[in-house]
Amino acid sequence: MSTIDLSVEIAGVKWKNPVTVASGTFGSGMEFADLMDLNVLGAVTTKGVASKPWKGNDTIRVVETASGMLNSIGLQNPGIDTFIDRDIPFLEKYDTVKIVNVVGKTIEEYVDVIKALNSQPVDMYEINISCPNVKEGGIAFGQDPRAAADVTKAVKEASEKPVIMKLSPNVTSITEMAKAVEEAGADALSLINTLAGMKIDINRRVFTLANKTGGLSGPAIKPVALRMVYEAAHAVDIPVIGMGGIASAEDAVEFIMAGATAVSVGTANFNNPQVTVEIVDGIREYLEKNGVGSVKELVGII
Amino acid sequence: MIYREKVSVISNTALTDDIYDLKIKTENIANDVVPGQFINLYCNDSSRLLPRPISVCEVNGDEVRLVYRVVGEGTKEFSLLKAGDGLYATGPVGNGYDVEYLNKDFKRAVLFGGGAGIPPMVELAKRLTIKTDVFLGYRDVLFLNEDFPENVNVYIATENGSTGIKGNVMDAFKATGVEPDLICACGPMPMLKAINAFSSENGIKTYFSLEERMACGIGACLGCVCKTKNTDEHSKVDNARVCVDGPVFDSEEVIL
Repeated sequence: MSTIDLSVEIAGVKWKNPVTVASGTFGSGMEFADLMDLNVLGAVTTKGVASKPWKGNDTIRVVETASGMLNSIGLQNPGIDTFIDRDIPFLEKYDTVKIVNVVGKTIEEYVDVIKALNSQPVDMYEINISCPNVKEGGIAFGQDPRAAADVTKAVKEASEKPVIMKLSPNVTSITEMAKAVEEAGADALSLINTLAGMKIDINRRVFTLANKTGGLSGPAIKPVALRMVYEAAHAVDIPVIGMGGIASAEDAVEFIMAGATAVSVGTANFNNPQVTVEIVDGIREYLEKNGVGSVKELVGII
Repeated sequence: MIYREKVSVISNTALTDDIYDLKIKTENIANDVVPGQFINLYCNDSSRLLPRPISVCEVNGDEVRLVYRVVGEGTKEFSLLKAGDGLYATGPVGNGYDVEYLNKDFKRAVLFGGGAGIPPMVELAKRLTIKTDVFLGYRDVLFLNEDFPENVNVYIATENGSTGIKGNVMDAFKATGVEPDLICACGPMPMLKAINAFSSENGIKTYFSLEERMACGIGACLGCVCKTKNTDEHSKVDNARVCVDGPVFDSEEVIL
């Protein structure tokens, strides 16, 4: 067991294993700390943080769908000042890579958050240009390769840490987006964010979500996510963090074989707050059983 | 502290066509429960991902009683549970009522429960030592009305007048002339709004158990927020998480 190497390296940052959590499903980990050991994670990826507090969308914000769910939280967050005062000291207690997810309505807002975080004990930034639930920022940058490249360049220029660009599946060509941010200087990619979706309450004859549309996540989207991770990973030379419906070690290994260096677990945390522990153990068991010494050997073998 | 554990079903019986009475045996969850808190139950069918938050009706030793309405596929799955079946749960979740404070600072309580909002009032009534009157509102068929402690007066309102006063809980309350200095209420939003109007007009301390669609059920996802009058300490905006900052809120703090 001790001979198995689960570690991976992304943009010069070493993770003890390839498992992180998808932004927005885990807060900064505080609410999960009673239920699991955060030290088990290769990395914690925080809920998106903006330069100022954001109040998010009206309720109803979440609804279950077949093997999935829709959400339209609208990137509610307490702002960078509170995040630095409260969330970072909490995360510092844990031996795991700290990835801060950054959101903004303008390029300047992304840059402001990055500048505030550069001196903080965090390891990487994940730039959210793919949230389907806010009009400004988010998806506005995530569906146009030139706009995505502009954000990437500005963030890279301001950043003293590696930058992961988080891509949306709601695009015509994922490879075009992947290449655009790679050329603009991104150190890594993460994908996919949620797929734009909708649900109608036929008894009340209204959209179930107050925002009308929301982002679909969960096992329902896994085949789509896997295909897109495969395509993106084969289009670029930078590492890819794969996500979208991962709920088991088998799912995680599929994404790794498709080309992901690491994986994020999102909605599955809601179904079982200890699922990431099971996934890390399950990847180790898979490697042992198949005589694979290092998880890195599986990356992109398909 | 929130625990995750596999709980086992002691019994699961129908109280009405769509209200079920589930008793579960827990390892840790029952020990820490205070009235007003809830437990997340997870479906055994893995295509239904999200936990169902269900308020605690009663707690006895390591047993928790959950009385719930069947409203969708998840609660339908629960309705089919049999003694000995297992399912995952997390809890207890939420702030619940500070019973010690209520017993110390108030003299006369009125509890309002409407429909599926009735269950949490049972454990609360059991733990209040001050004079307490309970007002229960139903469409027609009664449940839990005989489960309150003997020292509290239970008044009933039904929409069709089949039992008690024909009308709602406020009609029943006003007919009695009871003058509380504390109100605790759980039920549909129109009921809470009517109570809110009455208690703010009369300056009566009032707590509401709120309900909202939840995803994670443990405070992380920000799915289940309610509007607050002031900036919330945790969120830094004018809303609070129903799951862990509530579900019990002072009526002065929230906008219904």
